[in-house]
Amino acid sequence: MLPELGHYALILALCLAVVQGIVPLAGAARGVDNWMALARPVAWGQFLLLLLSFAILSYAFVSNDFSVAYAARNSNSLLPAIYRFSAVWGGHEGSLLLWALLLAGWGAAVGLFSRRLPQVMVARVLGVMGLVSIGFLSFLIFTSNPFERLWPIPADGRDLNPLLQDPGLVMHPPMLYMGYVGFSVAFAFAIAALLGGRLDATWARWSRPWTTVAWVFMTVGIALGSWWAYYELGWGGWWFWDPVENASFMPWLMGTALIHSLAVAEKRSAFKNWTVLLAIFTFSLSLLGTFLVRSGVLTSVHAFASDPRRGVFILLLLAVVVGASLLIYAWRAPQVKSTGHFALVSRETMLLGNNVFLVVATASILLGTLYPLVLDALNMGKISVGPPYFNSVFVPLMVPLAFMIGVGPLTRWKEDHVGRLQHVLRATLAASIAVGALLPWLLFRSWAPMAMLGSVLVVWIAATTLLDLRNLTRHSPSLWQGMRRQSRSFYGMVAAHLGVAVTVAGVTLSSHYSLEHDIRLAPGETFVMGEHSFVFDGISNHRGPNYDASRATLRVLKDEREVTVLHTEKRSYTVTGMPMTEAGIDWGLTRDLYVALGEPLGDGAWAVRLYYKPFVRWIWLGAMLMALGGILAASDRRYRLARKAAQEGTGVATGSVAS
Amino acid sequence: MKMRYLIPLVIFAALVGLFAVGLRLDPRAVPSPLIDKPAPAFALPQLHSPETTLGRADLMQNKVSLFNVWASWCVACRQEHPFLMQLSRGGEVPIYGLNYKDERADALAWLQRHGNPYRASAFDYEGRVGIDWGVYGVPETFVVDAQGTIRYKHIGPLTPQVWRDTIQPIVHQLQGKTS
Repeated sequence: MLPELGHYALILALCLAVVQGIVPLAGAARGVDNWMALARPVAWGQFLLLLLSFAILSYAFVSNDFSVAYAARNSNSLLPAIYRFSAVWGGHEGSLLLWALLLAGWGAAVGLFSRRLPQVMVARVLGVMGLVSIGFLSFLIFTSNPFERLWPIPADGRDLNPLLQDPGLVMHPPMLYMGYVGFSVAFAFAIAALLGGRLDATWARWSRPWTTVAWVFMTVGIALGSWWAYYELGWGGWWFWDPVENASFMPWLMGTALIHSLAVAEKRSAFKNWTVLLAIFTFSLSLLGTFLVRSGVLTSVHAFASDPRRGVFILLLLAVVVGASLLIYAWRAPQVKSTGHFALVSRETMLLGNNVFLVVATASILLGTLYPLVLDALNMGKISVGPPYFNSVFVPLMVPLAFMIGVGPLTRWKEDHVGRLQHVLRATLAASIAVGALLPWLLFRSWAPMAMLGSVLVVWIAATTLLDLRNLTRHSPSLWQGMRRQSRSFYGMVAAHLGVAVTVAGVTLSSHYSLEHDIRLAPGETFVMGEHSFVFDGISNHRGPNYDASRATLRVLKDEREVTVLHTEKRSYTVTGMPMTEAGIDWGLTRDLYVALGEPLGDGAWAVRLYYKPFVRWIWLGAMLMALGGILAASDRRYRLARKAAQEGTGVATGSVAS
Repeated sequence: MKMRYLIPLVIFAALVGLFAVGLRLDPRAVPSPLIDKPAPAFALPQLHSPETTLGRADLMQNKVSLFNVWASWCVACRQEHPFLMQLSRGGEVPIYGLNYKDERADALAWLQRHGNPYRASAFDYEGRVGIDWGVYGVPETFVVDAQGTIRYKHIGPLTPQVWRDTIQPIVHQLQGKTS
């Protein structure tokens, strides 16, 4: 009975989405207040219904109701409770329901936090989101119903993919989807502004915090996914340029461009059409990612089981949403005039450069991701494009971008002079080159040119960011007072840019100075790698809730002293029969020690893989700093002031606020 | 409406066209005209001992065998590798490898590192044999029966599920015929 109720709630949610997608937009077009006022309650209603539906599906998983076909396919009574819950989004149907739920959640949040916005704007934004919601809910209901029943009821479920039975994977998809879906808000604001013909600084200010928050979620989601790949796949790698990884990375890059271009649109009233186009692109890439992952047009480790009907549906969805928005763009954008003029040397130009590099990087990743599909479509054979292509295209694009992170924030808006910039930056540049080039030698006694280039950029970004801070506080009585005077969004930028430096440091050092050995170890044997010796204490067998495991124990010694004891497992999951490796990791700020158990080689000896990964944590640490920067920027005073003003009742209902 | 504002739309339309074609193609489809045909003959140096050759006759030896196309540069091969190891330990069916467009040193290091599930691997540096066999992408797995006829071809990594649902029944059926 309950699953039917869940299905019913889903259908009702679709009905509300239809109302939300039509009535407020019609009201905005014809100026009917009552119709526009419908947007908020309907958005909330839709969210509550989807929440109910999601709760019911979760209950089916947690209570082992295998009469629900989707639960039977993705869960098992022996699965630990937390994974029974996360299994809800472990397959296509449930993750799509999560998508729809989060979309409605963003809609509800827009309804809640938009008191100050003119009603007509809210109506348009929620209307556009309602239209997107119609698409996803019909996709869900007509092709991927998660509540479908199974008869006869199986005694037990087929179990969740062992790769997904992991704490990192419990949080990774919801975070990532929050990001994907969150960009729909930026998209809806852009379309709403185009429809209303009001592409101004206010529009940019309204959509900035939303875009930033979505970007924060996406940053965290991608970092979690990469971290998970690092410790769970047992290969010691953290990024594989897999089509599905690219599907999340492309909207992130585009979103990063969008955040920067929104800054120009808000502060200088320039780049307006371009910003709108970026907002459309960012969300389109989110949709494209969904299409690529779920239609089966590309092969990937992550891809969901494909069903041609689903592919056609989601392609149609993509065509309608993106096609319509680009059509609106072509129709409305020519009337928009950019008013802000700027000189060749100016912060605007620097941000334009940032946009160009990020967009080109996205385009090259898109090309690499789609190239196999193009060749296949032209009947020229099937190929796969791998890391060599992506690395050789992506890295050279990031080098000038990293350089510009240093120059951009120190450049003046509107007009600046090369001479002044040279004067300000000359010493820092020289110092960065000197320190950065020495760094690999100081840490690892090596002169690898690429590692030197990487660390020069790291020092450069860090030094210029601090220089910027110093310049801004120079005229205050004390550093502390000067620092307090800076806005949160400024610190957001500082944190995010330092985060880039930290991530670049992690990538550079871990990719150049990792040690890696595949060896045969018998119990009692020792292997020396760098400064550490690994002593293999032997194997014990143990039984997990839904797997059998051989667990190896390795003691790690440094200078005769025990550093840590590592356990690594080879698991065989009983239901799926899939073998899995659990890596044993001793993490540290400056290095990870990583062991992964390979195959038994007879006589009690095993193949063991050992890694020493210097500074690898910095990759994710940097991502966390970037996310923190986003949070700081989105919680800046000027957005909160805006909300306070609204609560005091200025122009809530009249919709005439123009500030 | 100025034309240049239509450019994004036009590019997008082209993309949608591409996807529409792409949807009708299955990246794992088996367009192999070789099914139920004799396996193409070949003689290649073995990966581990270049002076000995591996050929079609070695594959047959009056037994059903799997012929797995792999390479050290292929990420999906790593994904299927633990399962191949498990399969070869079970001894249910012999597995031969075709090391495809790879460097010998890389391939040997790769097997050293991950384990070697193959009875033997043929070293196809130029990918000629791959062309004869209609190899599209790596990994691919052929089921070759005792008479040297290709009975099935799987594109993409071999998973326990694919094995259980598709390939194992075929292998069992073929093994039943010969014994």
